[in-house]
Amino acid sequence: MLRRAVLALPVALAARPARAAEARVTIDNFVFTPATLTIPSATSVTWANHDDIPHSVVSANRPPDFKSPVLDTDESFARVFDKPGTYLYFCGLHPHMKGTIVVT
Amino acid sequence: MDDPSASRRHALSCMAWAGGGLLWTIAGGIPRAALIGSAQAQTQGFTFAQLSDSHIGFTREPNTDTKATLGEALALLKTAPVKPAFVLHTGDVSHLSKPAEFDAAESILATSGLDTHYVPGEHDVLDEAGTKPFIERFQKRHSQGDAGGAYYSFDANGVHFVGLNNVVDLKAGGLGNLGAAQLAWLERDLAGRSASTPIVVFSHIPLWTVYAAWGWGTDDGAKALALLARFGSVTVLNGHIHQVLQKVEGNVAFHSARSTAFPQPAPGSAPSPGPMKVEAGRLRGVLGVASVTLVPGQAHLAIIDTPLGA
Ligand SMILES: [Cu+2]
Repeated sequence: MLRRAVLALPVALAARPARAAEARVTIDNFVFTPATLTIPSATSVTWANHDDIPHSVVSANRPPDFKSPVLDTDESFARVFDKPGTYLYFCGLHPHMKGTIVVT
Repeated sequence: MDDPSASRRHALSCMAWAGGGLLWTIAGGIPRAALIGSAQAQTQGFTFAQLSDSHIGFTREPNTDTKATLGEALALLKTAPVKPAFVLHTGDVSHLSKPAEFDAAESILATSGLDTHYVPGEHDVLDEAGTKPFIERFQKRHSQGDAGGAYYSFDANGVHFVGLNNVVDLKAGGLGNLGAAQLAWLERDLAGRSASTPIVVFSHIPLWTVYAAWGWGTDDGAKALALLARFGSVTVLNGHIHQVLQKVEGNVAFHSARSTAFPQPAPGSAPSPGPMKVEAGRLRGVLGVASVTLVPGQAHLAIIDTPLGA
């Protein structure tokens, strides 16, 4: 019975991304909040634009490893982060807007 | 107006007055302002108009009908005392780069009957294909400085016009961007031109730093200005900040035009540079067009900003 329980564990882990933990970043007044978001691996991050001007979410790496479509008012974009690391990003329209996702 | 300090005081008081039409003549580094009425007698040279930030597709407060206000701006040019030779559009023609927005803008702008020369704003290059749809639709009349670059130059009435693109390849934490290839092209484009050639540079984002905290400037704008330093008359026009703002540095006059869609706050005067909410009755007083005149025999250009309404 003990052996069977151990074997079941990887199955449970593999199922986790389907109902990943969730976190949110809001965009208000041309600012990403929180500016730095720390999350466990396999968390889905949703950015929601509350401004009356469009924004976007673009990885600061070149070439970018992720890029949202343009987000008009009240539109959002989600991405699952499943590798630990520090991810810098910015708004593709207003590059002075910056944020960081830290995946532990 | 002959006393420089009096001239400067007058200039500053006119800058503070945002409601009406102003003429700016730039001579000897001192801006001299006059009201439109007295200026019109002088406007016998070559005149062109600047439109900016029509944001076709934007439908929120304070302007739910940006097509109508663009149409009004064009009507204003048609009835101007001096008919412009052509129009410069300094970008953000559309709000979201959607084909339907470009279609609508194109058909409204065609009603002017005036040749229109465009540079893109960041709202015009949001498509996956980048600058391509904008170039194909709005820059067909020009051969590109570099393929796909969305920058070019042309000559008219002895003036050399340079349309720059500072809205692509933006970097995290940065401002507007020209890039090494465009700067190299600009150097080649200007090489061999006489220092007495009047130069008009137009781009979407200001080439000078208006307010870095809101991204209102161009990271490598100073490099472009260094290439222009040997010319006796340089006028730098931009949009993006949806308000009239000007500055003179040596032989270079900088001027930022109003939007035809919505105003934005003065630098640092609001929590963000988002659209400024104004009452419906006040909207047309903060939208407008600019008219730029080369006065024969003089090295300075005269700029008049005219609002769409009171
Ligand atoms: Cu943005």
